[in-house]
Amino acid sequence: MPVWLELVIRVVAVVVGFLVLPLLVGQAEHKVMAHMQGRLGPMYAGAYHGWAQLVADGVKFVQKEDITPRDADRGVFRLAPIVALFPYLLILLAIPLGPGGLVAQPLDIGLFFVLAVLGVGVLAVLMSAWASGNKYSLLGGLRGAAQLLGYELPLVLAAASVAMAAGTLSLPGIVEAWKPWWLLWQAPAAIIFFVAGLAEIRRPPFDMPIADSELVFGYLTEYTGLRFAFFLLAEYVGIIVIAALTTVLFLGGWHGPFAAHLGWLWTLVKIFALSFVIIWFRVAYPRLREDQLQRLCWLVLVPVALAQLILTAAVKLAM
Amino acid sequence: MTDDGERGTPGKGLVQGLAVTLKTMTRRSTTRQYPDVEPELPPRSRGVIALLEENCTVCMLCARECPDWCIYIDSHKEEVIVPGAARARQRNVLDRFDIDFALCMYCGICIEVCPFDALHWTPEFEYAETDVLDLLHDKNRLGEWMRTVPPPPAHDVLGEPSKEEASATRKASGPGAAKQARANVRRPPSTTAERPPRAEQKPGEPAVDAPQAPPGIDSETEPPEPEK
Repeated sequence: MPVWLELVIRVVAVVVGFLVLPLLVGQAEHKVMAHMQGRLGPMYAGAYHGWAQLVADGVKFVQKEDITPRDADRGVFRLAPIVALFPYLLILLAIPLGPGGLVAQPLDIGLFFVLAVLGVGVLAVLMSAWASGNKYSLLGGLRGAAQLLGYELPLVLAAASVAMAAGTLSLPGIVEAWKPWWLLWQAPAAIIFFVAGLAEIRRPPFDMPIADSELVFGYLTEYTGLRFAFFLLAEYVGIIVIAALTTVLFLGGWHGPFAAHLGWLWTLVKIFALSFVIIWFRVAYPRLREDQLQRLCWLVLVPVALAQLILTAAVKLAM
Repeated sequence: MTDDGERGTPGKGLVQGLAVTLKTMTRRSTTRQYPDVEPELPPRSRGVIALLEENCTVCMLCARECPDWCIYIDSHKEEVIVPGAARARQRNVLDRFDIDFALCMYCGICIEVCPFDALHWTPEFEYAETDVLDLLHDKNRLGEWMRTVPPPPAHDVLGEPSKEEASATRKASGPGAAKQARANVRRPPSTTAERPPRAEQKPGEPAVDAPQAPPGIDSETEPPEPEK
């Protein structure tokens, strides 16, 4: 197989996953959240239990007028949704699905690459907030900046712990090295990574930057139509990315019965289970206050992550 | 975290929150899919008012008692010649009976006050219109609602016999047996003779009871006997 064909197949596969998985998660969110609240959720679009609701939403978003406010910094305002969406596509490239090189782009420094690209999300929030020319957007953006910079630290520390345990920065390498007893050994790091990841993608209960009861819609206030849809899509891809990273780093990726043949299925099952938990948290928990948010990060997550690093190093030296 | 409140096991509230949402998810949802599935309305729902035209004597009680004056009645008098009678009798004929449901507030006073059961509640509620003028239902349309009136609830077997039953037995047993029929329904002997029996009055305490009732109540709850 020529190199270019292989490249095209890999990129197309990732783009298809990038477009399909968020729709599945979005539909699951509609239905799960509805049933957790004693409702039915969408029932009409697509005739069978509203399966086409997100498609209908997409069609609606395309038809809406694309408004750029007069006082907005036009170029930055229009670029922000792309900046929000694109890093997640790059991250999906590096996530291994199954054993034997079932990954779009195996990178030796995959973990480093993924965490670096994930940090670009802050930039999209600040760009959209500043360029909107709206005080609510600006407040939301500043909250977002404080939150994302704060939670980056425990996220990286927790990831460093598992990288130290595996002795590699390559994502497939980490999954190769994973053993079931790591579930216990790396449990604090796993929880910290998941919680900090939730804050990174600004999902409830960490949706302070959006906080629709206080800031209209935060940094998304001025966005309409397709640009808003991009931000929405970015949120759902974010769920997939955080669930996939937690799966790969802490839940052993493709490990499971018949891993040689069904490894990709195990990865997907774990990703969707974690996505369910993310949706579940959204329904169950109210939004944190700004000071509670910072307190949780700096007084709980960071110290525990540091303790986990020491524990990992100690166990590694003892073995 | 450091929030005040009841301090139990740390994280207990978080787990409880997750348990509540998960439990709710496993139960059936309470949503009624109304346009597709008919709602189960409680008996005696107040949907729309139906008119049984034959029962109406144009006494105008309903129109007068209506708090927002949404009942419009027109009528004329007709002479009815009864064979063998000394002179012709007069009868009211209904020309127009409209209820404006744009004004109606569904208090049900007209139905309560109607002496001859010409008005009834029906549970039908789907008569929304795009033009507010179409909410004025004329007597034909009100009459059509009669088909949807549910049957009245069964009489309580332990309760006292209804006024109609009591008067029917009294009449059936002839003028001589009138006193005995009245005794059957435990009528207090001291109240005015022409009044039908009242359920809430016990034989022992008729005089104490009477002043407590507001003066207006009697005329409303006890329909005047139809002439003849």
